[in-house]
Amino acid sequence: MLAPSLGVSAILFSIGVAGVLLRRNVIIIFMCVELMLNAVNLTFIALAQQLGPEGQVVVFFVMAVAAAEVAVGLAIIIAIYRHKESVDLRDFNLLKG
Amino acid sequence: MANALFWVFSAVSVVSAFLCVTRRDPVASALWLVLSMFSLAAIYVLLDAHFIAAVQIMVYAGAVMVLFLFVIMLLNLGASTSTDMVGWPGRVIAGGLGVLLVIELWAVRQLLPAGDLVLPAGEVARQTQQQGAVNFVAEPLFRDYLIPFEITGILLLAATAGAIVLAKRKL
Amino acid sequence: MPATVEIAWLVVLLPLLGFAANGWLSFFRPNAKTAVSAIGVGVLLASFGVAIAVVTGLSGAAHDAPFIVELWSWMPVGDLQLDIAFQVDQLSALMLLVVTGVGSLIHIFSVGYMKTDEGYARYFAYLNLFVFFMLVLVLGSSFPVLFIGWEGVGLCSYLLIGFWYTDNANADAGKKAFIMNRIGDFGLMVAMFMIYRSTGSLDFGAVFDAAPTAFTVGGATVTLITLFLFLGCVGKSAQIPLYTWLPDAMAGPTPVSALIHAATMVTAGVYLVARSNVLFAMAPVSSAVVAGVGALTALFAATIALKQWDIKKVLAYSTVSQLGYMFMGVGLGAYASGVFHLMTHAFFKALLFLGSGSVIHAMHHAHHATHSKDDAQDMRNMGGLRGFMPWTAALMWIATLAIAGIPPLSGFFSKDGILAAAFARGHDAPIFMAMWVAGSAAALLTAFYMTRMMLYTFHGTNRTGVQERKHLHEAPWSMTGPLAVLAVLAIGGGLLNLPHIFPGAGWLEHWLEPVTAGSAAYWEAIHLEVGTEWALLGAATAVALAGIIAAVVLLKPAQLPRASEATEERGWQRVLRDKYYIDELYDALIVRPLVWLSRRVLWRSVDDGAIDGALVNGSAKLTKFLGWAGTQFQTGRVGTYILFFVVGALILIRAVMSQP
Repeated sequence: MLAPSLGVSAILFSIGVAGVLLRRNVIIIFMCVELMLNAVNLTFIALAQQLGPEGQVVVFFVMAVAAAEVAVGLAIIIAIYRHKESVDLRDFNLLKG
Repeated sequence: MANALFWVFSAVSVVSAFLCVTRRDPVASALWLVLSMFSLAAIYVLLDAHFIAAVQIMVYAGAVMVLFLFVIMLLNLGASTSTDMVGWPGRVIAGGLGVLLVIELWAVRQLLPAGDLVLPAGEVARQTQQQGAVNFVAEPLFRDYLIPFEITGILLLAATAGAIVLAKRKL
Repeated sequence: MPATVEIAWLVVLLPLLGFAANGWLSFFRPNAKTAVSAIGVGVLLASFGVAIAVVTGLSGAAHDAPFIVELWSWMPVGDLQLDIAFQVDQLSALMLLVVTGVGSLIHIFSVGYMKTDEGYARYFAYLNLFVFFMLVLVLGSSFPVLFIGWEGVGLCSYLLIGFWYTDNANADAGKKAFIMNRIGDFGLMVAMFMIYRSTGSLDFGAVFDAAPTAFTVGGATVTLITLFLFLGCVGKSAQIPLYTWLPDAMAGPTPVSALIHAATMVTAGVYLVARSNVLFAMAPVSSAVVAGVGALTALFAATIALKQWDIKKVLAYSTVSQLGYMFMGVGLGAYASGVFHLMTHAFFKALLFLGSGSVIHAMHHAHHATHSKDDAQDMRNMGGLRGFMPWTAALMWIATLAIAGIPPLSGFFSKDGILAAAFARGHDAPIFMAMWVAGSAAALLTAFYMTRMMLYTFHGTNRTGVQERKHLHEAPWSMTGPLAVLAVLAIGGGLLNLPHIFPGAGWLEHWLEPVTAGSAAYWEAIHLEVGTEWALLGAATAVALAGIIAAVVLLKPAQLPRASEATEERGWQRVLRDKYYIDELYDALIVRPLVWLSRRVLWRSVDDGAIDGALVNGSAKLTKFLGWAGTQFQTGRVGTYILFFVVGALILIRAVMSQP
């Protein structure tokens, strides 16, 4: 089941990438990033079945970090929303010189 | 039997992911993502990662996605009248890059590890059976990877503090 | 090397110092005319004195090989060693005396002539500079040093022709002279390249010593080299077809015409051929071309002079014609005769020009006093000036008789040398006999038009006008004195190279032998029977007398109208007066197409379009574009950045995959 898992993982990852490029709502983009992380988790688990427990340990850590990241990321989005009243990616242009 | 289940859950996961990405309503997107994560958890079980499957449901589907839904509702993002997807040129680019990526990742398969690293077939299942699913992960976690584990704890602490500070109305 | 020869560089340095001093004065003390005169004339006289010392040292030296006075190493380049060095030998000594001697006289004359001019200091500065360059030219020991002088005199000619530059016509004349010279200079440069290629050196001594072995007689290389050298001479010495600048050059002050366009610069071409006699002797075709062009020019220019009304234009065409004689001489292998004529011509032509300068000076004075707008140089406004300027008239008559070839004046003997050579060679090839005929015909015309000039200017009734007449007067002694000295030289100069039938003959030829010896092997000696010689002398005298008498009989000065009342000429007279429309031909064939090419093609297309547009502006635009392209990446939009992430990731994965 290794090869199919890897294939599914690749597809999920690509869907996540496409979603990031497709959507303008920042929250949905964030969700697509989570999707990508999940796809990577699947890869690790599939390989863990072949190579040992380390793969699952990594997934454990990934999940922890992902959770932390979501918390902070959403807090940032809330903070920006308070200033700009929008979650449209096009409005997040403070980097523009 | 396991194979068939695997394909079923894979299909569900992929379709849910696709739907998540394409829905107009953010709440609907979130819920589709939850479904995808559930299916992934089922796949994990089929891949002999029982503990991780449980953690996936508890942390990802249960905490992270809930947090997403909280924020969506907090910001009052109802279903908007117009979709927030990019225009057609963007859709073509996104689709094209997506397809390209799949192809590349599939091609990366050839970098799979050499034979002597691979455990004998069914070894993981046997060990899980023997030690228990949690033990299987806990042993390397607390033995070889203790320090990263502790650091992750500190990371979570920092994230918590950060989230609180960033989201406050008045400091 | 005798001590007095070693100081040859001093001859050259003095005029240069004069230029520097007068140049400074022209900027800071332009009104210090006394100082300028003292410096300008003084350096020339001093230079002449040193020149005499140098020549004395040379003639008294034990051996007669050329003396090379080395100054410094100019360009050591690989195998080629170019030095600034002077060569003192018989030929350069002769030129030295002519340049400094006649130059001094003309400088003295200029003091009086240019007295009221605002650019007095500038004039003397340029004149000194010219003498400096001319001396470099004649003293140079190698082709490059000669070329420095060659170019320099061209520059000074331009500066002096356009001396009164505020009038466009004068500036145009200067440009014309310079540009036509340049065409010739190209020939000289190509010749130098070829000489170096063939002989590995550019020093006169080395080249002429190597010539017999480096070239085959009559071969293509030496013929081409000499033809290119001659091209340079054609430009510098105003032969057909590059002669049209010299009449226009009369726009400059008259002493300049005397010095540059009669006595010295235009003779540089003759000097060059005489100097390179070995090369020309080895290329009989080229020599024939030289002689032929010379003969043709002599006759052609003489015809034009018949119908000119401007006194200076008559003399200008006369100069072109006499230069033709000189080239005929050196083209026939009679190098000494050609140089002899160069020398005598310097005397009587300078005298003629300076004399005409006195006349013009007086006419200007008269017109200025009455605010008349008549042309001061038009002979139709002159007439009967003998009564007002007796000395000038007498001295100019001496020069006229000399140039016409009346014995025993100098011009008679110098012309005879050339015509005798033509006649002698004419027995071998008819073409040379034709040249003798052309030369004799030109002599007839010369006598005629010079007499015409004298009749219209000095004889008959005065046409200047009643009011103006009161202001006509003789020139001051500062101007007439040099004329007298030149007249003496014009009379007695013939003694230097008498024909062989006389005792004490051929002194100059003998003097120049060390220089011309190299070519003697390639020419048949010119040998004429005694009887033939006398016959030729008699024929020449008859021709000269015929010309003078014809002019006196046919021309009626009394019936000449004033310039303002003159009627237009018709027919052949008009063609002659209008110089056979050669200038107009050149204008249509060469000048206009070139100007068009320069303006439309080279200026608009190449300079504006290609260089400015494509290269200069284009590279700026390209840089701007690249900069703009770079900024397009920095949109500040997160969406764009995400896109770059993804694309970059794709590329990276691909790169990782292709690692072995």
